[in-house]
Amino acid sequence: MGESAVLLVEPKQSALVQKVKELLPGDGNLSMCLTCGACSAGCPATGLEGMDPRKFLRLALLGQEDVIRSTPWVWLCTMCRRCVHACPMEVDIPQLVYHCRQSWPREDRPKGIVGSCEQALNTPGNSAMGASSDDFKFVVEDVVEEVREMQPGQENLKAPVDKQGAYYFLNQNSREPVTEPDEMVPLWKILDMVGADWTYSTKGWAAENYCMFLADDEAWETVVRNKAKAVEDLGCKVWLNTE
Amino acid sequence: MESIIRLYARWIREGKLPVNSDWNKELGVTFTVQDPCQLVRKSLGDPVAEDLRFVVRSVVGDENFIEMWPNKSNNYCCGGGGGFLQSGYSEERREYGRIKLNQILQTKADYCIAPCHNCHSQIHDLSEHSGAGFPVVHLWTLICLSLGMLGENEREYLGDDLKNVGL
Repeated sequence: MGESAVLLVEPKQSALVQKVKELLPGDGNLSMCLTCGACSAGCPATGLEGMDPRKFLRLALLGQEDVIRSTPWVWLCTMCRRCVHACPMEVDIPQLVYHCRQSWPREDRPKGIVGSCEQALNTPGNSAMGASSDDFKFVVEDVVEEVREMQPGQENLKAPVDKQGAYYFLNQNSREPVTEPDEMVPLWKILDMVGADWTYSTKGWAAENYCMFLADDEAWETVVRNKAKAVEDLGCKVWLNTE
Repeated sequence: MESIIRLYARWIREGKLPVNSDWNKELGVTFTVQDPCQLVRKSLGDPVAEDLRFVVRSVVGDENFIEMWPNKSNNYCCGGGGGFLQSGYSEERREYGRIKLNQILQTKADYCIAPCHNCHSQIHDLSEHSGAGFPVVHLWTLICLSLGMLGENEREYLGDDLKNVGL
């Protein structure tokens, strides 16, 4: 006869879990967990820090708030939502992860993510690499001029910046203008070939949003509103997401 | 709000982007494609995954495209999102990415197409760090390559096998 398992946690109520339930539609189905493990079976973060989605949720439901609030696993889950996709009860574990990220004092959150969010807030383009809009515009204009001069067939290539009334507002990940500007060119050529009416913007141009990863709701909202306003100010019809 | 992937597909169907896979007929370079979580599972779903495959097949050739498994909305996250790349948890990020790396290696494809900046950075790092060394490219590179308009300085992520195609 084997020994019976001993429950080593003392079940409690967690205020954090209660708050998350209140915030999510239908409580995020957090209490509907069957412990089936479909989430953990398909999660690349399973096993990191000795944690997995099912264990994380069970700890939360047993009120072990100090554990779920202190485990670095919340920064190793990417909130990819494959667990929700696989879950028979659509339990929203990633939202729980997000709120646990948010419960970390800002100064304890990963410095790289904090830094990226700060840089985005401090540049009119919301660039997480801190690229200024002047630099962005300069690089774009410099590169397109070189392509026009050097590449046969590309004499009329355009890469508009702040073109009022353009149909598409194309965002741009900070990586290219800062580290590999020539990588922007192929997309310009494609847009040119199809005759798309597009523009970049000096305001709210960056594609990335690190404030979301930081779980800083206010900063996230500021960045998104800045980008939306930039689209409106230029009178563009579509915010176009790059690859 | 629109994704450039959907536009690529539309423009190819409308004939505005006359891509074709002739450039790869003799070469037979094979490609697999990453399904970015944010694009597919978390927003536009399997329809955009289908658009993505239509574009890839049009550009590299049906016979040269190999699916990883599982795929589309069921595909695994590569570990590039969620801030992982800036989090400082590099060891864990690469451990997380082992599943993605193995998925790609199992396809035995020569290249991985990664139509998302986070995926591109992460999968490129996984390829380099593990020594697997397969190139990771954006779609815009291959679209321009197939149209014979990829510039000399626009080949950063092409492997030696394709570096001089069309030059």
